[in-house]
Amino acid sequence: MSRISPLFEQLRAQNRTALIPYLTAGDPTPGATVGLMHALVGGGADAIELGVPFSDPMADGPVIAAAHERALRHQVGLRHILDMVQEFRQMDKKTPVILMGYQNPIEAMGIANFAQRAQAAGVDGVLTVDLPPEEAHGTAKMYAKANIDPIFLIAPTTPINRIKIIAELASGFVYYVSLKGVTGAQNLDTQALAARLHDIRHECALPVGVGFGIRDARTAQAVGHEADAVIIGSALVQIIAEFGAGDAAPLQQKVQAFMAEIRHALDTQ
Amino acid sequence: MNNSDLNSVSMPDAGSFDFAQFPDEHGRFGEFGGKYVAETLMEPIAELQAAYARFRADPDFVREFETDLRDFVGRPSAMYFAARMSEAYGAQIWFKREDLNHTGAHKINNAIGQALLAKRLGKTRIIAETGAGQHGVATATVAARLGLECVIYMGAEDIERQQPNVFRMKLLGATVVPVVSGTCTLKDAMNEAMRDWVTNVDNTFYIIGSVAGPHPYPQMVRDFQSVIGTEARAQMLEKTGRLPDAVVACVGGGSNAIGIFHAFLNDENVTLYGAEAGGDGIETGRHAAPLSVGRPGVLHGMRTYLMEDNDGQIIGTHSVSAGLDYPGVGPEHSWLKDLGRVNYTGITDVDAMSAFHDVMRFEGIIPALESAHAVAYAKKLAPLYGKDKIILVNMSGRGDKDINTVAKLEGISL
Repeated sequence: MSRISPLFEQLRAQNRTALIPYLTAGDPTPGATVGLMHALVGGGADAIELGVPFSDPMADGPVIAAAHERALRHQVGLRHILDMVQEFRQMDKKTPVILMGYQNPIEAMGIANFAQRAQAAGVDGVLTVDLPPEEAHGTAKMYAKANIDPIFLIAPTTPINRIKIIAELASGFVYYVSLKGVTGAQNLDTQALAARLHDIRHECALPVGVGFGIRDARTAQAVGHEADAVIIGSALVQIIAEFGAGDAAPLQQKVQAFMAEIRHALDTQ
Repeated sequence: MNNSDLNSVSMPDAGSFDFAQFPDEHGRFGEFGGKYVAETLMEPIAELQAAYARFRADPDFVREFETDLRDFVGRPSAMYFAARMSEAYGAQIWFKREDLNHTGAHKINNAIGQALLAKRLGKTRIIAETGAGQHGVATATVAARLGLECVIYMGAEDIERQQPNVFRMKLLGATVVPVVSGTCTLKDAMNEAMRDWVTNVDNTFYIIGSVAGPHPYPQMVRDFQSVIGTEARAQMLEKTGRLPDAVVACVGGGSNAIGIFHAFLNDENVTLYGAEAGGDGIETGRHAAPLSVGRPGVLHGMRTYLMEDNDGQIIGTHSVSAGLDYPGVGPEHSWLKDLGRVNYTGITDVDAMSAFHDVMRFEGIIPALESAHAVAYAKKLAPLYGKDKIILVNMSGRGDKDINTVAKLEGISL
């Protein structure tokens, strides 16, 4: 079993909402990533989504797409990212790490090879944006064998019968994309969200994380009322975009402070 | 190329299965194709698939499509014997004249089909990606005619080299959005169009211009373009009493090629050739020839041959022709390559330019730089076939849009 399910069990017992930040590996530099991961945990992150940069991030908005481009300027590839996770694990054996990205870099390494190496590095889950369940049966089996949870998206457009299909294949948690659009989109309707999560929970026993459109303590708190996990990507990546060119220490402090603010909002709801 | 290349062309047992039965219900051509898209698009794609299945069997829809092809596009397009070129090249060269279509290329066939579908689905907004601008112009044209809002995504680099088409789209009332991410070419325009679609999926129909993208696009675009080959086959029989020995088409995403090949797939004596963009030469790495040197991967919703590095990142492509400047290819082509049914080769910029001039000087036709790649391939094949053999070339578009590019390459200021 990966670290993900025990984390959600523990949080449930404490009646807390998980805070899961997203960071693109290699942004702003490959050397910065492990330090930023520790800073996120220091600020109160319960798990980390580590983005695998891709040349064609079709499902990402301008903020995260730019992060992919910054990382790729340093030729950051999947093999380097597994090294980063391994380095992170030397200091942190408990925080789940979920890789998030696109299918082609994984296939380039070979799915079975990747699953094995990811397990050895200490990866807990893999979310592949362009691998819907219809295309994921073989991959999900290989991940299960390596104790890696395949994480799937559920969208506002996903009908009930598809939620069932996703629930059968997913483990760890499911990621509800709270809006139609790319990462970093705006206009989150929390009332509609509550109704939708009710439907999802009816079909799927796994914890539900909510992402897309959560940008600050206020929106995190609103979503935290309904979700098992709050996922923050673009707002955090924007901080890295603004301050990434400077020294490592002040960037880590900014990231940690941003996390702590959200953590506080989630814990005082 | 030499004679042994020609002899090594392997023919599958064409009688063993019916090519028209593909893709299968999962949108697969063998291992290629499929639906590799974000979850938000899965239901819209399923709806599109169902709608397309319904309308392609609906006589009213088929009648409207065929009427538009006749009265608005001007079909059937001519079948033309290129007499002086035949003399010069050493085989009987025929052109299927898609360049004579309204808007100047084969792209309009598909744009009309998908726009009629969009209208029936009640969509009010059309988006599209474009490389050379031909698909953008075709889409803007049908959107204007049907009174639909139209947004075209085009790489900033392509906007630079295809100014006349950009202006055409604007005159037709479309908004042209420059794409400055990635390599600023067709693949990035497609990324941006996908982002728009996923955000505005309720009212927006995405008209993909090639036999690429997630299922059902490769099938749908092929079906709308297959009119090219269906007409060509009948015209060839009528004019010469027989089928061509070879059919040649250029392949970027591959829609004009699939369009002309499809009617001939089950004719085992017709050899099929696809000309990819060889750019500066395959050996230089500066090209757009995934079928020649790529490997299977996943991009833009499909599994297909791609140009990628060892980390699985898509690499920048190069071609003199914006319409072929794409690192992937339609999944059906990947399948036809692996089956050995179609032979794919990279044609360099230099050879394409030379063929461009040949077509103008011998035949008085300005070919699109894309189509010039197919002519260049025919030039290589002609001596291997000989003067009694018929080589049919898909003249997929006209080259008026390219004269600025040609002038610039030759150091001439207009």
